[in-house]
Amino acid sequence: MHDVSAAHHAPPTSFIRKHVFSLDHKVIGKQYYALALVAVVVGMVLSWLMRIHLAWTNYAIPGLHLLSANGAPGNVMTPEYYLQLMTMHATIMVFFVLTTAPFAAFGNYFLPIQVGAEDMPFPHFNMMSFWVTFVGFLVLMSSFFVADGPTLGGWTQYAPLSAVGAVGGPGQGMGVVLWAASIGIFCIGQLLGSLNFITTTLDMRTRGMSMWRLPLSAWAWFVTSVMGLTAFAVLMPACILLILDHVAGTSFFVPSNLVINDQLQPHSGGSTLLWQHLFWFFGHPEVYIAIVPGLGIVSHVLITNMRKPMLSHRVLVYSMAALAVLSYMVYGHHMFVSGMNPVSSLAFSFPTLIITIPSSIVVLIWLGSLYGSKLRINAASLFALGFISMFISGGVSGFFLAQPSIDIMLHATYFVVGHFHMVMGVAAMFGIFAGTYFWFPKMFGRMMNETLGKIHFWFSFVGAYAIFMPFHYLGLAGNVRRYQAFVDDYLQPLIPVHRFITIAALLTGAAQLIFLFNLFHSRFWGKPATDNPWQATSLEWSTPTTPPPYNNFGDTLPTVYHDPYQYGVESSAGDYLMQVSPEQVKGAQDEA
Amino acid sequence: MGRFVAVTIIVIAIISAIPIVRHTWWMAPDISTHGQPIDDQMSETMAEAGIAFLASQIILALFIWKFSNPKPGDRVKNFPGGAKAMVWAAFLLVGTEVLALGVFGVKAWANIYLTPPAANALPVQVQAGQFAFYFRYPGPDGTFGAAHPEMISEANQNYFGIDSDHDADAKDDIVTAEMAIPVNREVHLLMHSKDVGHSFFVPELRVQQDFVPGLDLTLHFTATKVGRYEIVCTQLCGLGHYNMKAYLSVLSQEDFDGWLKKQAALQ
Repeated sequence: MHDVSAAHHAPPTSFIRKHVFSLDHKVIGKQYYALALVAVVVGMVLSWLMRIHLAWTNYAIPGLHLLSANGAPGNVMTPEYYLQLMTMHATIMVFFVLTTAPFAAFGNYFLPIQVGAEDMPFPHFNMMSFWVTFVGFLVLMSSFFVADGPTLGGWTQYAPLSAVGAVGGPGQGMGVVLWAASIGIFCIGQLLGSLNFITTTLDMRTRGMSMWRLPLSAWAWFVTSVMGLTAFAVLMPACILLILDHVAGTSFFVPSNLVINDQLQPHSGGSTLLWQHLFWFFGHPEVYIAIVPGLGIVSHVLITNMRKPMLSHRVLVYSMAALAVLSYMVYGHHMFVSGMNPVSSLAFSFPTLIITIPSSIVVLIWLGSLYGSKLRINAASLFALGFISMFISGGVSGFFLAQPSIDIMLHATYFVVGHFHMVMGVAAMFGIFAGTYFWFPKMFGRMMNETLGKIHFWFSFVGAYAIFMPFHYLGLAGNVRRYQAFVDDYLQPLIPVHRFITIAALLTGAAQLIFLFNLFHSRFWGKPATDNPWQATSLEWSTPTTPPPYNNFGDTLPTVYHDPYQYGVESSAGDYLMQVSPEQVKGAQDEA
Repeated sequence: MGRFVAVTIIVIAIISAIPIVRHTWWMAPDISTHGQPIDDQMSETMAEAGIAFLASQIILALFIWKFSNPKPGDRVKNFPGGAKAMVWAAFLLVGTEVLALGVFGVKAWANIYLTPPAANALPVQVQAGQFAFYFRYPGPDGTFGAAHPEMISEANQNYFGIDSDHDADAKDDIVTAEMAIPVNREVHLLMHSKDVGHSFFVPELRVQQDFVPGLDLTLHFTATKVGRYEIVCTQLCGLGHYNMKAYLSVLSQEDFDGWLKKQAALQ
């Protein structure tokens, strides 16, 4: 435990050190948030373009040719451009939004404060982590501007399509190299970040802050960083091997005797399934990297708004840890019909079914904790409750996809698209929104507009169901994903469903402008916030100023006396007892 | 507002469940001998997942309804069973449910993937390539000619790279762009991709299997109903992926023999 107040770095004085190459974890957290915000806008606009094209295939979208003259001659999207936009949508959302916002942005800002540290142990690595990630984003975006555009191979980049080079189709040459370089760079950023998160949690806790006194959000970031360290460490070399297949004449992922355009390809000795194993060994933990911070954030927000702790702090922590461990044993459920040995499919099926147990425990603990609470309804708690509803809906569809026999019917259909959009897309986004409405006052010293926040919730909650529930129905009817148009006879009756989804997506997307407006307006003109507007207990609410000073707690680091969630007690402050309060009161239950 | 949230959650949960219960959009009717256990598995999973979905959403809504309007003097209460009740419920209810699904599911899967094809199954080769399927029947000699990758040519319509000039086995091979199979006879499908990953999906036949370049995979199935169905690609294979399809005709043995003869004459 860290109990010496050693200044890691003096207060920054120059503009560059303050706002650009800052060493302050709070500035880095906000930079990550800003990056995620830019990325999510790009990703969402791409999804609108895709949705319009799917519902009305030959519709000319005004101005689309400005984005790509080749990709949209006469403003009508070509088949390959649809796939390119789809690949970019997924890559941007998974890596630069769902990983950066809940984990890197909020984690950077609040983990050091919640453990009672003045910063992370390696501020330079932390600064590098953001800027490396930023470069990764620029590299990915640059693929929009190369001759034949970004790669069309999907965010999973299955070999050998991804590894054979330009002969595979538009974007499969330089587009893939830029994609793999971007993701490889992104991995470096997240590895640096994960190292910092782990050491911050283990070594930088202040006096009295035992591991069990960490808030659930801090636990979630810690668990996520352990997953990040192992998952990104596998994806990065996989990306390097993929680049080598393009530029160095190697054949890690391309077998011999491939014939493309009547030309025998100059490759031999590679394995296409090798890529899938490497990718999904990262890819499945990645799903949990996106969602576990949400579990922590939502628990943290809910507890404050329920005015009581969860039924069990420890059971939630153990469940998150169980999810993390199991996430490595289930990855093969993405490969049931991939040609992997059929016995392996069964071996991957059981851990996938078992992972529903810790997930169910988390949901049941939330539900049981709601019982007997004094629930406050505000924008943050609404999104937290919405998260639970989405997590349930997205979770139960996992029962189906965990079974190889059912996967024969649902694999590569819209059922899968509905499943992951609900459980890792919308749920994780709701976690980000809950965190934003909750922590904004601490980050910017101003309150967000609650009325706009609630309106934003209603559109998002109803809209998300209207978009993603029908995806499951399409999947049951056999609607294959990653099609730019539906030409098969049996898909014709499903086109009206696609039109309904597109209209819902456009409306729900437009409602996000309310959030953007609220965010920017409140940043400058919001009502000034007090130090602890939600009457919360954890350390981020006991900083000497709001926003916190550069070293978080002034000259003396705080001393912690209590478990993180002392609510429903009778203290001098009211129905809560802050972690830094030395007061001993009736009803306080300290486990640690 | 809490009560409005509660009502909305319940309304959404019920509306979501209606198309499932009514089978408004559902799997195409099964035409295979192995499909029934898959359909049973789907129905059982749907029932259990459906109950879990509705029950959790309704409990969530009820608790929001009941506890979102606390009166000033109210004190927080704890759930009577505590966390232990929840952990036991998860292990006993969810745990046994998913394990049962898993165990029964093994049978449905093993039926297809862990049984050998019958000795008299009809062998059919399928070659997947950007963006079409081609099929090959061995002809009267019952033997496929060897495939020579360097001879594969769309331009010369030599989709399988067979050397019919020098290879006696290849001389009577029948190559087609449509697949036809006899009803009620097992088919042994020999799958090969010439370029990138593809997949063979026929919803009515309850089969979906990827083509893996560099790896020859097989699949066996029996169709039980005469008709015309679509084979579609489900593995992203490039810009024409959406358009990669072929028709599968399930014919009576007599019609099949006639069809094969006609195709042989066209070679």
